[in-house]
Amino acid sequence: MSPKTAINQKMNKSFSSNLKTKCAYENEPKYQDHEDFEETPTWAAVVTVLGYAILSALGWLRDFLRHIGFEEKKTAHDPNPKNFVPLYQSYECFYTRNLYTRIRDVFNQPIASVAGAKVHIMERISDDFNWTFKFSGKKIPSINLGSYNYLGFAENQGPCSEQAIKSIEKYGVSTCSTRHELGNQRYMQELETLMAEYLNAEDCIAFGMGFATNALNIPTLVGQGDLILSDRLNHISLILGARLSGATICPFNHNDMKDLESQLRKAIISGQPRTCRPWKKILIIVEGVYSMEGSLCKLPEIIELKKKYKAYLYMDEAHSIGAIGSRGRGVVDYWRVDPNDIDVHMGTFTKSFGSAGGYIAGKKALIDHIRIYSHSACYSTSMSAPVCYQIISALSIIMGRDGTNDGQQRIQQLACNVRYFRRQLVDMGFIVYGNDNSPVVPVMIFMPAKIAAVNREMLKRGCAVVTVGFPATLLTESRVRFCISAGHTKEMLDHALKAMDEVGHLVSLRYSKQKPHRRWIELDRADYDKEYLS
Amino acid sequence: MGSPVNRDDIARLATDFYSLLESFKQTPFYHLIFEIFLILTVLWLVCFRKPRPIAKKLTEKEKQELIDEWQPEPLVPPVDTNHPALNVRVLDGIVGKTIEIDGRKSLNFATFNFLNFVGNQRIADKAIQAVQKYGVGSCGPRGFYGTIDIHLELEERLARFFNFEEGIIYSYGFSTIASIIPAYSKRNDILFVDEGIHYAIQKGVEASRSTVKWFRHNDINDLERLLAEQDKHDKKNPKKASTIRRFLIIEGLYMNYGDICPLPRMVELKYKYKYRIFMDESVSFGTIGQTGRGVTEYHNVDRQKIDLISSTLEYSVGSIGGFAVGSSFVIDHQRLSAQGYCFSASLPPLLAAAAIEALNIMDEENSLLFETLMDKSKRLHKKLLDIKGYRVLGEDISPLKHLSLANSLNTIGRLEYIVEFAQTRDITITIARYLNDEHHLPEPSIRLILNVEMTDEELEFLCTVLQEALVKVTA
Repeated sequence: MSPKTAINQKMNKSFSSNLKTKCAYENEPKYQDHEDFEETPTWAAVVTVLGYAILSALGWLRDFLRHIGFEEKKTAHDPNPKNFVPLYQSYECFYTRNLYTRIRDVFNQPIASVAGAKVHIMERISDDFNWTFKFSGKKIPSINLGSYNYLGFAENQGPCSEQAIKSIEKYGVSTCSTRHELGNQRYMQELETLMAEYLNAEDCIAFGMGFATNALNIPTLVGQGDLILSDRLNHISLILGARLSGATICPFNHNDMKDLESQLRKAIISGQPRTCRPWKKILIIVEGVYSMEGSLCKLPEIIELKKKYKAYLYMDEAHSIGAIGSRGRGVVDYWRVDPNDIDVHMGTFTKSFGSAGGYIAGKKALIDHIRIYSHSACYSTSMSAPVCYQIISALSIIMGRDGTNDGQQRIQQLACNVRYFRRQLVDMGFIVYGNDNSPVVPVMIFMPAKIAAVNREMLKRGCAVVTVGFPATLLTESRVRFCISAGHTKEMLDHALKAMDEVGHLVSLRYSKQKPHRRWIELDRADYDKEYLS
Repeated sequence: MGSPVNRDDIARLATDFYSLLESFKQTPFYHLIFEIFLILTVLWLVCFRKPRPIAKKLTEKEKQELIDEWQPEPLVPPVDTNHPALNVRVLDGIVGKTIEIDGRKSLNFATFNFLNFVGNQRIADKAIQAVQKYGVGSCGPRGFYGTIDIHLELEERLARFFNFEEGIIYSYGFSTIASIIPAYSKRNDILFVDEGIHYAIQKGVEASRSTVKWFRHNDINDLERLLAEQDKHDKKNPKKASTIRRFLIIEGLYMNYGDICPLPRMVELKYKYKYRIFMDESVSFGTIGQTGRGVTEYHNVDRQKIDLISSTLEYSVGSIGGFAVGSSFVIDHQRLSAQGYCFSASLPPLLAAAAIEALNIMDEENSLLFETLMDKSKRLHKKLLDIKGYRVLGEDISPLKHLSLANSLNTIGRLEYIVEFAQTRDITITIARYLNDEHHLPEPSIRLILNVEMTDEELEFLCTVLQEALVKVTA
């Protein structure tokens, strides 16, 4: 029997019985780690580029008509006199006017409830092709497949929100002061100690915003004369932090260890450009889970390289903390590596803990340095009490400190949901990117018009999804990105899969050449053991 | 016997030479040119060309040696454990008009709680209701189901408060102005920036990569000089000048100095030299002006002439986050190009609810709250000036003042002594903390912040304590 069939057998055994009790991952020594990025079919790429070309041509025509006055200009006007230098070059806004506005109703959709497993979307109507919106007052209940709610802590009832409410009564909403002055409350120290224990690190410091954690703290670690090797698909906050620090930045191909090694060797051998002085230090910046690709970083290999070439490692676990690993401790837990091998652990509280903010953890000397020199600690208001208490209670639940095994159940439920959802999508014939265990599930749609079609059709069927195109992704790689939550039940996932099946048939999204294309009816009634054993 | 032979030899040589010349005449022209070219090349190679250095090609062994020998610096330099940032006071309670430190209650003149909204029961109730409806976090950026109806309500309320077309909110005060400036000003543009601006604005200016022209703090003549210079430069190349955008970056009330910018003159110059004004009113929002609408109200300037006003929800409003208001033309651009807005999770709904309730209170109180605050600031200012020996920086109506010792006595050590002494007398004040890489590091000072609910007796007590401290420190 081939290894793949054996893997399928193991998975199917757990799905064909009760999902809640039979997630047998604790018995397996290592995760079945499989990443897949099926290549774009050539015809799809050609049609996509053609699509953009037609849209651009139409856009130029419309701009010309607006210029000669045939069509009304619907964009806002500059209140300043005409002889001021224009604030925006007209080519900068070409994309916004002609491509983005056509499908504007698909983005920034407002909600009117808690962003949990189910959400109420406020319906918007437009009379003038998305230039202006009106609210109809109707709320569309949908399954939420777009919010970052991996462990299902986005709840308005339960122990976490009760603690948050108590803290508002005791501490108020804000401190109006910075960490260096009078904003250093005891609950922040409690949060930091708990988080350090959770990550198995020496010390930790927390900040009020995840984006700012990266942008304002990387400059305190590196500066001029240092080298940053950053993955090509890193988040913008990491790129901004690296730029503000003044260090030299060299990107390496996404998850390509050979490229990383060759860049390291080249850097140490040749030194700084022009002067050839040796680099003062080298920092490798990677993410745990990449939010647009769904891929995991290859941590054991990176650590090996880092030790061999004496570089430092900065790991951004924004999407992986709480969502990956058998105990929810992130990619460190997933790969079973020593947390001391990673120099700087960074992450956010927005995704898995249902709150807001970011943290940095590591050795005590590092954290003390950041406490003194961080821009955020010196100039920003310290974290709000209810936000901190939400994290503290979520952490206690995950670590099992509250006396229940609710935390462990959530982690297992998420892992089961992820594998089930991914497996079903792949069997239906969609191209699904990323690691089999990552809760971020991108499904490729390629063509620009389908971005809007998929989103609108899924909403009609009661599923709120996120579709992204250029410039957040490459021109020919638009995708719909599902974020699975522990709060999703099997019924919700089945509803979503059925909807995806119908939409996939309507809009023809079944691009995969590697798998047979099957409809939901066939899969729902499939007898997995029989099918995959024969 | 020799000469006839020589004569024959010479004749033979001559004949040979002559036949050689004849053959030259007979060869094709291109052949001659080619030969001459080759000869010249050989001459040049021999005489003029310098020997090229041989390219350094390292052996594998040498490369490995370089890699083995390289030693990086430690990730962070050694840390001084006595640094004040590592020994900060730990609090455990509401940081309102009074705070409890080590079991004792003291008057709080150190936090940005101008309107005393911290601990306000109405605001706390609304925040609790928001948690019961929306939970704590918003779980996504604005583009992907992170836009909650309460955010839209807050944006609309802020725009209405300032009588502008549109408002936009951010989830962190520091990131607000630091994301706004790079969204508009790019590499080729020019920023005229006051030297005394706050650190967050400095980071925004740095991130934009534009050409920066600093002018002396609040010195309008220096600004005019820079503008005139730039104008002269523009006249030499008008075509290039028509593609360069210009911005003036100022604060309404400067946090590091406590003084107000000369706005009317700056607006006049705007139309003369054609730049756009981005004003940061973090401190002046909710504190200056008849109804708390900031420096435009105080100077009686038409607010529509300012292109963008940014501020924070972390000071007078008593919540967390930041916002910007302006015309739709200006603000709408940020929804797709401000990094801190597009790529970051949105503001937790409970903080938005708290801000809306604070705005409600400000609207209800109308002018009473703000006039009281300005009045008390004036009185405090007068009392502080009466204490001889302190230098008081800041406008008289500003609730934020900087206190320092006269001349050479002004050191951090002495100021820290004053702060510690005040704490023993149950008055909490603080030294203004800065990082060393500020563009223009201000002098050490104590930042005094007035809370609107402070009574006259409490202000009197503050001045008494400061007087005593002065005597002790100069003794």
